[in-house]
Amino acid sequence: MQQGGNRNTAKLLMERSIANRVGAIIPDSDVPVQELPETNLLRSNLELPEVSEPEVVQYFTGLSHKNFSIDTHFYPLGSCTMKYNPKINDEVAFLPGFANIHPLQDDSVSQGALSLMHELQSYLQEITGMDCVGLSTLAGAHGEFAGMLMIRAFHQRNKDANRTKVAIPDSAHGTNPASAAMSGFDVISIPSDEAGNIDIDFLKSIAGPDLAGAMITLPSTLGIFDTNITEVCKIVHEAGGLVYGDGANMNALLGRAKLGHLGFDVIHLNLHKTFSTPHGGGGPGAGPVCAKSILYDFLPAPVVEKSPSAFELITPASSIGRISGFQGNFAVLVRAYTYIKTLGAAGIKSISGNAVLNANYIMESLKDIYDIPYNRTCMHEVVFSASSKKDQEVNGLAIAKRLLDYGFHAPTMYFPLIVEEALMVEPTESETLETLDAFIDAMKAINEEISTQPELVTEAPHTTPVSKLDEAKAAREPQLKWEPS
Amino acid sequence: MDNKAPFQSHYIPNTTEEQHFMLSKLNAPDIDSLFSDIPEKHRNPTLDLPNPLSEMQIMQELSSLASQNRTLSSGPSFLGAGSYHHFIPAAIKPLITRGEFLTAYTPYQPEVSQGTLQVIYEFQTLISNLYGMEVANAGMYDGATSLAEGVLMACRVTKRDHASIASTVSPAYIQVIETYCQAQGITISSFDPDNPNISEEAACAVVQYPNFYGGIEQLQTISDQAHNCGALLVMSADPLALGMFKSPGEYGADISTGEGQPLGIPPSFGGPYLGLFTCKKQYIRQMPSRLVGKTTDKEGKDGYVLTLQTREQHIRRERATSNICTNEALYALASTIYLALLGKTGIQKISNLCYQKAHYAASEISKIPGFELQNTNEFFKEFVVSCPTQPEIINKKLIEKNILGGLDISHLQQNSMLICVTEMNTKDDIDALVTSLKDL
Repeated sequence: MQQGGNRNTAKLLMERSIANRVGAIIPDSDVPVQELPETNLLRSNLELPEVSEPEVVQYFTGLSHKNFSIDTHFYPLGSCTMKYNPKINDEVAFLPGFANIHPLQDDSVSQGALSLMHELQSYLQEITGMDCVGLSTLAGAHGEFAGMLMIRAFHQRNKDANRTKVAIPDSAHGTNPASAAMSGFDVISIPSDEAGNIDIDFLKSIAGPDLAGAMITLPSTLGIFDTNITEVCKIVHEAGGLVYGDGANMNALLGRAKLGHLGFDVIHLNLHKTFSTPHGGGGPGAGPVCAKSILYDFLPAPVVEKSPSAFELITPASSIGRISGFQGNFAVLVRAYTYIKTLGAAGIKSISGNAVLNANYIMESLKDIYDIPYNRTCMHEVVFSASSKKDQEVNGLAIAKRLLDYGFHAPTMYFPLIVEEALMVEPTESETLETLDAFIDAMKAINEEISTQPELVTEAPHTTPVSKLDEAKAAREPQLKWEPS
Repeated sequence: MDNKAPFQSHYIPNTTEEQHFMLSKLNAPDIDSLFSDIPEKHRNPTLDLPNPLSEMQIMQELSSLASQNRTLSSGPSFLGAGSYHHFIPAAIKPLITRGEFLTAYTPYQPEVSQGTLQVIYEFQTLISNLYGMEVANAGMYDGATSLAEGVLMACRVTKRDHASIASTVSPAYIQVIETYCQAQGITISSFDPDNPNISEEAACAVVQYPNFYGGIEQLQTISDQAHNCGALLVMSADPLALGMFKSPGEYGADISTGEGQPLGIPPSFGGPYLGLFTCKKQYIRQMPSRLVGKTTDKEGKDGYVLTLQTREQHIRRERATSNICTNEALYALASTIYLALLGKTGIQKISNLCYQKAHYAASEISKIPGFELQNTNEFFKEFVVSCPTQPEIINKKLIEKNILGGLDISHLQQNSMLICVTEMNTKDDIDALVTSLKDL
């Protein structure tokens, strides 16, 4: 739908600016006039827009219409767990007693907040089979960084600082090698075997005295539960290393298996995936670190502990240090806490059951027309390969873009890197059977189009607010802000 | 009620009949059978969690927990030190909680994410302008981590591995820098900002503006010193100070970061906040985190995309400029709406109000026997006073009168308190604090 006049979003804020328009009334000072600082400290020029409140609300509302979102579209985005974000969670997070409290106010006047954090720590411990939890890490990658620094600190305390290598499967998220590198480790990429499991022989061949540990995503980004996982953990442990778990795919395992029981030593969870907090167009999230007791002393500061009389923020004895400004993305923690409280144990287990059922239903419905590189029961997501469509001049990107015309967000594309023309589909538990069927029908219809009208697919999308964008131009001549012409 | 009724959640639509239908299509006897790849002895562990609560019960329980926390609006509050009680226009919440923004993913599919992408482009524009810098990225986690990433970036740019940090930078920020640097072989030293001796080996001189104690350093001197050594100037600046005081760009900052929380984001016990990150254009290929660029579509229509992604972890993996992925996009939106609403004159007025009220409070408190203003330089909205007794005791007495006092920093300066005054503090609030301090 086109919007006319000022509700049209084409003009940017600086282009809309008209001198002397205001969007907020700021009261006059109620204190006696104070002397201003020396002028050489003062600013002479401030380029910010001057627009009224109605224009601002109309402009941003108009922009919102140009987005797909979970509330408006199905997002079968693999490894991203785009599930429904319950509204009660937001309402609770905005309660003044949670939103309008200062992170440094005395423990005695923040017991409600601290007890919520303490309880959330215990829920996450129980769900993951770990012994301790730190909540101060602000996203998944931030949790990875903390966890890998903990592994490094552990080896240093054991006078075992020569452990410089970290084994990471070739199917891993890019954040894993990046976090390992930021933590001072060299990355060794481990191949996957024919069944999609970690190549055990390769792992054995590198499991030596220089191995600090392994970073493993379970289920893997191939949507597969590695049937050798306990063996993998054993090999790393016997070599003297520790096992890090990337919890991005925890939605598959809730109540079905605990990473702590399988042999993982430290993991992170993505509360903005598994525990339903909204993605916000790229955050905020939260990436709590859950660890075995041998790593408790190294947790990032602060953690919440219960003394006989009260809850308090403390720094563990050999903490890797403070990793964020305060004690974590509290408003995200409140949402995850609310979600767990709403579901209870049976509900938590029902998430994984339905998520995995939905993914297998999609796999079964489409596997005759889109190749599946690993023909076995999948977990919460299924990876298809569009490589066989290449004879017809159609690739995974084109199929993904054509899906947008059918009103579905694209699957994760070209990831994991080890599957050619990968299309990774994660439906989550919160979609209806009708939506799954409509998605399946769209994928079938696109398959028909590949034979009958391939240009419809290769030139897609056709119905979106903009057509295919020139990304090369954006990178070649970077225009990163509005400038007066 | 039938106790044998199967579990049902209002977040999970599948009915038992639908599950049976789907399972029959899979030739699977039940849902449990889909999990047979999990080693049997570890499958279906006990899960001990509290019983589920209905929405009505949740609201009651959580409201009761929330009521145990003292809110900043329930009485005069003078705590700052990196998290601030500022005005948040009412229009922000309804816009950021629109499902189209709140429940969207990272804008990797630009054709269906133009809303988020254009917002980030606006954010980059307004933050660049506010900081007087050439380029801003799409955001970082918070002010502390943003500064730490600024240090790492300065080391990449200069190919040096030492950071020289002003002794007046927030202790928490310094701790985060230490955490970020500990595994990368980057060493850290401290310099006195009043007599800046920047190490010749330094990749950067790091300053906070205003500093942790509220004061404004001799920034031009520090900038010149740093540049003479071939180091970059990395400056963490309070965005609301910049409505009044010179921008980091005017002092020659190469990288300037900041805590975006004052720009329309609630304090929320410490997060989520918003890391601001700006730099000179010549360094963009070493920047961490996302960048949005303007381009055109096939029909020549303007549009926005994530760009220069070869810096990032999903392309470059272990050689990426940072591991950062999900950060705080929703709060980049909040701060963009904030800056749009307040605009040029609103930001100037808020800055001035903070300044006026803080200076009024400082002068009134200094008149009380035993209390002395410790700031020798100009300050903005925070200042340090030395107290006749331990600040801990003073704060306990203040809270009895429902006043949240300043931050006890006696571990840094004897018997001292860091007091923050913003536009949210009325003259009555300040007078109540002064009266209470007199009555001690």
